[in-house]
Amino acid sequence: MEAVADTGTAPMGLRQRISRALENPTVLGFLFVAPAELILLIFLAYPFFLGLWLGLTDTLVGREGHYIGFANYISLLHDSSFWLAVFNTFVYTVVAVFLKAVLGVGLAVVLNRDFKAKGLIRAIVLLPWIIPTALSAICFWWLYDSTFSGISWTLKRFGFIDHFIDFLGDPWNARFSLIAANVWRGVPFFTIGLLAGLQTINPDLYEAADIDGASSWKKFWKITLPLLTPLLTVVTIFSTIWTFADFQLVWIITKGGPAGATHIFGTLSFQRAMQGGHFGEGAAISNFMLPILVVCVFIAFLFLRKED
Amino acid sequence: MAIERAGAKIVKFYIPLILYLLFLLFPFYWMFNTVFKSDNELYNMNINPLYIHNPTFSNIVTLFKETIFLRWMGNTFFVAITATLIALAASLLAAYAIQRLRFKTSGPTGVAIFLSYLIPQTILFIPLAHIIFKLRLWDSLWSLVLTYPTFLIPFCTWLLMGYFKSIPKEMEECAMIDGASRIRIFRKIILPLCLPGILSAGIFCFTLSWNEYIYALAFISTTAKKTVPIGLVTELVRGDVYHWGPLMAGALCASVPVALVYAFFVEHYVAGLTGALKE
Repeated sequence: MEAVADTGTAPMGLRQRISRALENPTVLGFLFVAPAELILLIFLAYPFFLGLWLGLTDTLVGREGHYIGFANYISLLHDSSFWLAVFNTFVYTVVAVFLKAVLGVGLAVVLNRDFKAKGLIRAIVLLPWIIPTALSAICFWWLYDSTFSGISWTLKRFGFIDHFIDFLGDPWNARFSLIAANVWRGVPFFTIGLLAGLQTINPDLYEAADIDGASSWKKFWKITLPLLTPLLTVVTIFSTIWTFADFQLVWIITKGGPAGATHIFGTLSFQRAMQGGHFGEGAAISNFMLPILVVCVFIAFLFLRKED
Repeated sequence: MAIERAGAKIVKFYIPLILYLLFLLFPFYWMFNTVFKSDNELYNMNINPLYIHNPTFSNIVTLFKETIFLRWMGNTFFVAITATLIALAASLLAAYAIQRLRFKTSGPTGVAIFLSYLIPQTILFIPLAHIIFKLRLWDSLWSLVLTYPTFLIPFCTWLLMGYFKSIPKEMEECAMIDGASRIRIFRKIILPLCLPGILSAGIFCFTLSWNEYIYALAFISTTAKKTVPIGLVTELVRGDVYHWGPLMAGALCASVPVALVYAFFVEHYVAGLTGALKE
């Protein structure tokens, strides 16, 4: 066999050898994975490690920096606006993810029955998730206007408030306005994700509970929620990461204001790096997210595992 | 009994559903409502702002006349479609290799690609800006075309791996016994079978690219090269002057392509989302 292949014409031999090599799963596997891995190595893995390095330098935009050890990190730890951003990020993440989970599960339970136009309602529910966040953020920005807000007008009309709400001018109002916008965008993800899980729950379980005379509330706590927990864990972890590392909603609606009261990690690092030109410091702020991200995911995972 | 049951249905189903829909749809309503109002009406709080008294297209006209909105749309289309194609091609090959070829390091490769999905863009944009600057791609749409696949590929690969898993191995084995090469099997059997998966992945990539904000904000500075969301905010808000009417018109018009793609492929979209979560 070998001899025959060797005496064949050269181009045919090469071609045969290539096509034979392509039958080898290892060779073909590496070839197939190569494009994806190359892109991810150059534009994801490399910047990831470069970011760790930049945090240790005094790099400015367009100028190479020098190694300065942990100076960026130490100066941030003495920076009150950094600590405010840490506080804001935690409030934003914890409150928003909690509300998204509660409202998302609620809507999933409401939708988990047969009714007319189910497909249409489900499609409508997912809209806030589909529409580009930057564009809906512009809409919220306008909705939170201090003089022309439709929310304020309606509330005043029904006599709930006397004055128009200063949504974005007061620190806590601004924080909760951002959380509301984030919840609005994130509820559909929870709902549609969990709806698929609800549909796999065996209806016999509910029938058996009905025979035992269980209330709807009890059925929810004893059957629905426990069986939904694995999927809820996954959805919550994703949402936690996205909320924690959010940028565009906050950047468009408040730009971190009023007076830095709504800066989160992403917006503060963008401001310092892209607007202030301090790449090193900005990278250090971003890198502060890393351990917390890992811990967040870990805690969420452990906590929900225990509940199971 | 029947009345009681109907009452229960209203309390447990209709009322919550209506409240949820009000919450989820009100911002969209407000957007529509603003787009078709004149400035006089928009900034007059003595009349009910919840509906349009004298509808007008003036905001849309202003948007198209006074900004290069179509140019921004074109930029966004170009970046979204190119990045989607690159990501789809790379993910298809990678997902097939990881799921079906089972080469030596296919396990760790799969895990690594999954983990890369969890790294948020807010951590990467500064070092990426540094790299883009070095590559002389600063202020070029190619900087976005090259960086968007980094968040598209992990998701797509993950989604497509699920589809490849569902294709019976026997089909490949039969074709192999018949003497078909692996490449031929991939092209003639696997690709046609996972067309729905490719479609789902493509829709996701397109919407994710259209949605991207921070890279476009960080890497692009020339007005004519901006993507829609960046262009709208930077050009229609000048200092303290907010052109809310044209801004809302821009937000509405820029949502249309995504909404259309979504409306046509909603089933694929939902299947992709839930499929990816179940993996």
